[in-house]
Amino acid sequence: MIRLDKVTKLYAGGREALRDVSLDIGPGEMIFLTGHSGAGKSTILKLLALVERPTRGQLLVDGRNVGRLSADEIPAYRRQVGMVFQDHKLLEERSAFENVALPLIIAGIARREIDKRVRAALDQVGLLDKERQPPRALSAGEQQRVGIARAVVARPRLLIADEPTGNLDGELSLEIMDLFHRFNSVGVTMLIATHDLRLADRFRARRIVLQRGEIQSDVGT
Amino acid sequence: MKELLTRHVQNALGALGQLARQPVATGLTVAVIAIALALPASLQVLVQGAQRIAGNWDSIRDFSVYLKPGTDLASARRLAREVSDHPAIATAELISADQALEDFRSDPAFGEALQALKENPLPHTLSVRPESAATAESLVEFKVELAGRPDVDLVQLDTQWLQRLGAILDVIRRTVWMVGGLLVGAVIVIIGNTIRLDIQNRRQEIEVSKLLGATDAFVRRPFLYIGLWYGAMGGLASLLILLAGFAILAAPLERLIALYGGDYGGLGLEPATATLVLAGGVGSGLIGAWLAVARHLSDIEPSV
Repeated sequence: MIRLDKVTKLYAGGREALRDVSLDIGPGEMIFLTGHSGAGKSTILKLLALVERPTRGQLLVDGRNVGRLSADEIPAYRRQVGMVFQDHKLLEERSAFENVALPLIIAGIARREIDKRVRAALDQVGLLDKERQPPRALSAGEQQRVGIARAVVARPRLLIADEPTGNLDGELSLEIMDLFHRFNSVGVTMLIATHDLRLADRFRARRIVLQRGEIQSDVGT
Repeated sequence: MKELLTRHVQNALGALGQLARQPVATGLTVAVIAIALALPASLQVLVQGAQRIAGNWDSIRDFSVYLKPGTDLASARRLAREVSDHPAIATAELISADQALEDFRSDPAFGEALQALKENPLPHTLSVRPESAATAESLVEFKVELAGRPDVDLVQLDTQWLQRLGAILDVIRRTVWMVGGLLVGAVIVIIGNTIRLDIQNRRQEIEVSKLLGATDAFVRRPFLYIGLWYGAMGGLASLLILLAGFAILAAPLERLIALYGGDYGGLGLEPATATLVLAGGVGSGLIGAWLAVARHLSDIEPSV
């Protein structure tokens, strides 16, 4: 499903974030990307979100070289990818419901369908009773769960998460990972960047360790 | 298709709702736009009024045609008829030499002096009033034509004055368009700047929307609708300002025009002017929004 072929990413200023990284990810896989900060985890996710483009090498998604997509083609691509962020990136002045509905509104889904699917997504993360609350009225864990509901509401085949538990304590982190595990078990391909090795250890998942822009180890399940 | 329409309605209402949530800021912006639009519109209406009053000043363009002494009365009558048939001329009244002499005789200042004359020294005269719509050029042309006729001695038409009057009206008309253009430009800048600030305030929302796969058109649309609403509300408010202005001016204007023998005839907001004000508001709203969006939206790319 996803293939990185000798991908190198140089940032302005000459920092080499990835060096000749090759990687194959099959559909339905759950993968933890780990490594020290600056090892290249985030860069891989940024490439997949098309926020950054490879300097060299190819990034293929479903056989398409998405590293070469034009600016016009990027929105349609991004709609197929669910994204979860460390700082959740919820819109403060909108309710949980409106935040989760945003991807569906962007995709042009009919209003009635939006209501149904947003409620289903909020139900899956256990926040159906808080749909009217703005993010600031929710706890950190709840905010992240709203972020996850938003990432899955459009039923993407791929979900990428950048340090999704970075701001949460152990108990809440486990809760979030459990959610990811549940989505993965219904077929969503999952790529999670985390530096929390103990948390990753608790799940049976492929683990890719990056170090200074190269793959140090890639251990399957 | 239906979805797209629904989306546009949602965007339009959403933009309106956003403006309603900050009534003070919205009200101030709308007021500035309204005043800027009301200025050229009221100038335009004043020019229309001035033209109507000038139309009642037909006598200021009256002129006299003196016929050669010895021209017989029949050909003088024929000429009077011919002149009054000219498209630029409203009326041409013949004052015969005898009639003129009578008039002078009844005037005590001239009475005695005229008694001494054996013959009538006065020529036949035409007193001519042009159509109010006649241009200065057409009158000058007609004057040359008349002066060339064998039985005409002199045409006393102050062409310079006519040309000056035309030139003054031209200057005023152009000034109105220029002031109008400048103020519409100001409205575009005001709306553009307001929307630029709005884009900055909603930077996070734009970034997140782009990350979730929003197209540029999707991100752009709400701002264009905000510009449209600003323009439309500013246009409507400026119409209210104009109507209030006319209500205040109605009584004294009526008196003024009546003093010049004119007909007030409901000087005020004509549908064409009102449409122009509204269209100017909406148009400059959209243009201002478009400029702001084109300039600033592409700067915002998500950085995770």
